[in-house]
Amino acid sequence: MGRTAFLTDATICIGCKACEVACKEWNEVPDDGMVWSGLSYDNTKALGASTWRHVLFLEQPQIAGPQISDMQNPFRWVFLSDVCKHCANAGCLEACPTGSIVRTEVGSVYVQSDVCNGCGYCVVSCPFGVIDRRPDDGRAFKCTFCYDRQKAGLIPACAKACPTQSIQFGDLDELKQRSKDRVQELQERGYQDARVYDPQETSVAGIHAFFVILGNPEAYNLPPAPEVPTIHLKSAWTSALISAVILIAIVCAAFAF
Amino acid sequence: MIKEFVLQWPVLRQILHGADGTGSEGMSRRTQNLRPKNEGAKVARSVCPYCAVGCGQLVFHQNGKLISIEGDPESPVSRGRLCPKGADSYELLTHSKRLTKIKYRRPYSKEWEDLDLDKAMEMIADRVWESRERTFVESKDGQSLMQTTAIAHLGGATLDNEENYMIKKLFTGGLGMVCISNQARI
Amino acid sequence: MPGLGTTYGRGGATTSPKDLLNSDAILIMGSNMAENHPVGFQWVMEAKEKGAQVLHVDPRFSRTSAVANIWVPLRAGSDILFLGALIHYVLENELFFREYVLHYTNASVIIPEDFKDTEDLEGVFSGWNAEKKKYDPKTWLYEGVESEDKDKSASDGGHGQHGADASPDLNRYRQDLTLQHPRCVFQLLKKHFARYTPEMVEEYCGISKAAFLNAAKTYCTASGPEKTGAICYALGWTQHSSGVQMIRCAAILQLLLGNMGRPGGGIMALRGHASIQGSTDVPTLFDILPGYLSMPKFGEESKTLSNYIAKYGARTGWWYNFDKYIVSFLKAYYGEAATPENEFGFNWLPRVTGDHSHQGYWLEMLDGKMDGLFVMGQNPAVAGPNSGMERRGLSKLKWLVVREMVETETASFWYESPEVKRGELRTEEIQTEVFLMPAAGHAEKDGTFTNTQRLLQWREKAVDPPGDSRSENHFVYHLGVLLKEKARRDPRPRNAGLLALTWDYTIEGNHKEPAAEEILQEINGYTVATRELVPGFTALKADGSTACGCWIYSGVFPKPGQNRANERSSKDFHGHGWGFAWPSDRRVIYNRASARPDGKPWSERKKLVWWDESSKKWTGNDVPDFTATKPPDYNPPADAVGDAALAGDKPFILHADGFGWIWVPVGLNDGPLPSHYEPLESPVRNPIYPKRQSNPVANLETRAGNQYATSPDGRFPFVLTTYRLTEHHTAGGMSRTLSHLAELQPEIFCEISLEMARELSITPGQWVTIVTARGAIEAHALVTPRIKTLTIAGKTVYQVGLPYHWGYNGLVKGDVANDLVAISEEPNVRIMETKGLLCNLYRGRRAENAKTISELQTGLGAR
Repeated sequence: MGRTAFLTDATICIGCKACEVACKEWNEVPDDGMVWSGLSYDNTKALGASTWRHVLFLEQPQIAGPQISDMQNPFRWVFLSDVCKHCANAGCLEACPTGSIVRTEVGSVYVQSDVCNGCGYCVVSCPFGVIDRRPDDGRAFKCTFCYDRQKAGLIPACAKACPTQSIQFGDLDELKQRSKDRVQELQERGYQDARVYDPQETSVAGIHAFFVILGNPEAYNLPPAPEVPTIHLKSAWTSALISAVILIAIVCAAFAF
Repeated sequence: MIKEFVLQWPVLRQILHGADGTGSEGMSRRTQNLRPKNEGAKVARSVCPYCAVGCGQLVFHQNGKLISIEGDPESPVSRGRLCPKGADSYELLTHSKRLTKIKYRRPYSKEWEDLDLDKAMEMIADRVWESRERTFVESKDGQSLMQTTAIAHLGGATLDNEENYMIKKLFTGGLGMVCISNQARI
Repeated sequence: MPGLGTTYGRGGATTSPKDLLNSDAILIMGSNMAENHPVGFQWVMEAKEKGAQVLHVDPRFSRTSAVANIWVPLRAGSDILFLGALIHYVLENELFFREYVLHYTNASVIIPEDFKDTEDLEGVFSGWNAEKKKYDPKTWLYEGVESEDKDKSASDGGHGQHGADASPDLNRYRQDLTLQHPRCVFQLLKKHFARYTPEMVEEYCGISKAAFLNAAKTYCTASGPEKTGAICYALGWTQHSSGVQMIRCAAILQLLLGNMGRPGGGIMALRGHASIQGSTDVPTLFDILPGYLSMPKFGEESKTLSNYIAKYGARTGWWYNFDKYIVSFLKAYYGEAATPENEFGFNWLPRVTGDHSHQGYWLEMLDGKMDGLFVMGQNPAVAGPNSGMERRGLSKLKWLVVREMVETETASFWYESPEVKRGELRTEEIQTEVFLMPAAGHAEKDGTFTNTQRLLQWREKAVDPPGDSRSENHFVYHLGVLLKEKARRDPRPRNAGLLALTWDYTIEGNHKEPAAEEILQEINGYTVATRELVPGFTALKADGSTACGCWIYSGVFPKPGQNRANERSSKDFHGHGWGFAWPSDRRVIYNRASARPDGKPWSERKKLVWWDESSKKWTGNDVPDFTATKPPDYNPPADAVGDAALAGDKPFILHADGFGWIWVPVGLNDGPLPSHYEPLESPVRNPIYPKRQSNPVANLETRAGNQYATSPDGRFPFVLTTYRLTEHHTAGGMSRTLSHLAELQPEIFCEISLEMARELSITPGQWVTIVTARGAIEAHALVTPRIKTLTIAGKTVYQVGLPYHWGYNGLVKGDVANDLVAISEEPNVRIMETKGLLCNLYRGRRAENAKTISELQTGLGAR
């Protein structure tokens, strides 16, 4: 199998949350609390151990885009279904001490619940804040990329359900090209601030779930330049070593006097 | 068998594969054998019970138990897609608060009681018969009327065509009930 | 339904969501399609990607507006002003599709002199009886047509076949094909809508002239041989006191633009429940029988079967076959016992004597006049209008049977309702005996749903329902067995019908279910002597030799083993081979109109069906909604009857004249043309007819507990509209009980504008109390620019939006929004108005505002 990916296109999302529910039903993910957030129609608020697809609702001033609405201060309401990025260089995978988190043959990052010991190292290592531990369970959970379905040649539950095919699933390279073509088309149609979110220059080295968005990634809680914490390993250990040497030197010096 | 057991050891597999321990060599038995839970199950072809779009649904089941419900890609109406409600159809049918027994409340009572299905049917038949008998009007001004307005029915938009047919047939055609309505008016 | 039914002949969507792919423009109004029909909306999104213009006209900026090309905000309830202005725009700018209008509509038909328009009579049509509060529609008939004394009594629910309510012979019309005659429909239409101008729209809908003109141009130019436009609507139109007339405006517009029966055209009536279309086709409604035959009303018309047939049949058009359908129907019900001698059991059918609709009988229930009620798969304690009164009504019953999958608010009213919690009702004083019976879910029973595009789709049973849950078929069948047994011991005339009912279905399985397929076969119809299934309704006879439960569904099961509702191989664009659409698997109805009068397509781009000269029949990409062998140039002989009386260029075959009705001569209770009336509660006076504030024929049912605000009303200055969210489903029984849906929208909230929040010092998210003349509820305040503050007639009007899904049961609970809505009845279908009410809104929770609420309600005589 080649590498598969998600392309999630905010410009055709209607914010229905079928993805959230289809995912939970297939993966038997429990509910994440019944709390009204007041944040537009988003009561899910963030990805986490019990939310593997999260639809954001952005009410923003309309700075670009062809929509005509009879308003004095035109705005737009953009929806985006966020998901685990299945990074090419994944912070959670790097941090996992038990070998629970593995890279699959389709290129996704998979948490083996039967191996996970709930240490939580992965949680702080994800630059996107995706993975988390379930409080009553203890273990860490995140999107599995429907690995069980993919093994049988089926598409992930969220992609199958999405009414408008805002969530597209397929070959990584094909979808990358499609996302570029889509942004070009959108810009021609007047969506001047359409772009692909697929940070590749950073240590994450590319993600397998990328997005077509309008405007800046920050508005979508997407870090413009995500880094895997392990990039700091070298400098961190180096600093630690230097500090240790200095400390030993001071101690030795203290004894020398 | 011991050889098998030893070869399961991730570190050994890592060395043998020349990998870094984060790929398939790190996969547990469970992960290696992972298959979709509805594999090999029977499929009933159904239609979503929520709105009126009528999305196709595949209902996976085995041994009398439901396994999962998802969209039917062959439906020209929905192309396999579902909205959040349709996607929750499995929970709709299997959640813990679903009624499985009859609950009965006596007049003026403060609580529910259990009731047997056959007994309930008899009691309801008695109620219908008594109310109808007391209020039925066969004719008026020499003209056939054949009606009772003391018993009414509400519901239908979530029911099957066959069920609506039977309800109207018995209630109106058989019992003379005219007060029949449902969510549709328009 | 009567909106579409009277205009075109059948009540129901004329096309499918997929056909929107063929539209050049899509007007979505009175609907939040992306929200409530997300999967159906995929076609709109694709159409948009292909270049179609999607317009959304709605009081709120919703999930549909977010993805539309154009959003036009309008004041809730001012829809007819907007639509009438579109009609005016089309007429004034000559954007109508002339050839289509001339041949396929009654625009050229002349109306008699004694007709007077609302423009002449300051807001009512001729024939208005102020005392009875209803119209005598005699003067609305065509000139030259004999009128009989039609007793349009108040018991008419408006669903009976449209066009056949008339004994008058509508086919004897007179025409002016130049459309110049001052009393031709075209000119009357022009005059009627002359004052529906962009200026009027700006002042009273709150839409700027520029926005209106842009929308009008965008939509109305998608017309003509090469282009089509579609209109999608839902309950934003229907749940109004002039709902039917709102739909009529759209229906007229589509006829003027020549969009009916053509690819990418039509009217997509978006219905809300899985089989709500089915529940009107095979109705659990009081005023109709299956196939939109009328329930017999007590009086002259039902003295004999032949009286009834004379009243509802028509000499010309498809309803000429009425007698075949009613007789076959009676044979299906009463079988062998139905003979020509006893008029096929016609007298075993009860007669309608009044308003037996939901609202009608509920008021009787409140007055203690009813014994018992069956509620199956509906939750009036939350979804009924003035739901507080609905719940009170339940407490007056002797017995109540609720069949549901969960314990709904309707089932638990006697111990959990707000009335009980507040001490207004006491459980130990409520006599109602309640049977709450568990019901089977959709994957646990065989059966068909009919979706919004008139498509019957079979569902295969997967598993048995759990425990004592059973299907409604099971319940009704076994109840019938018990009752028939009682009837056997009591053979008085009143029980003859019950005894005669054909009731011998094959019983299957360990649960003893009646075979649903057999019921569907009965609905399809069969020859009595041989029990052979009929291929369709053209095989039905009026002599008792055929039986058919629902003539419009006939053809769904034409041969043993051929359940067309269960066909799963879609073979073309319209989905033939998957399911069965009524009638006769025609997917786009009135499709004769997709061809020119001479039978050739209007254009290559918009071809659908056309006349094939070599095979001498209609052919194309859909089943022709027309007699297959009738040539386009067929000219009927003077004495022809039935379908043969309609010429080869008359696509609307249910109508006696074959025309699409811009003007509705019979069938509606409130006028042959739509007029703007304000909702029953409105912040402004009616600008078009100051002397007629609201629909004069609407029924307010004013009484204690069901009071109205004045229009305007200082106590209730804001406009309230209720609606749905995609995460929940109607009254919540199928969503608030499910964790994955409940968590998506856990608490009730209302939506208000930034300006309103500022003026009332409301903090985003805080609790507020919403009060109307009926009740008070609390909700979170979601402050958003998506609710626009309007300027209407110079004054600021704030709107409050309110989803209505919450109740006192389930995983997530909240106040019942419908406590705020009044019980009112639109004149034709008796539906309540939920989309334009007046309210007030206060900071804080209900308990904190108790004093204010109490004062308001005392002032209204509410309790």
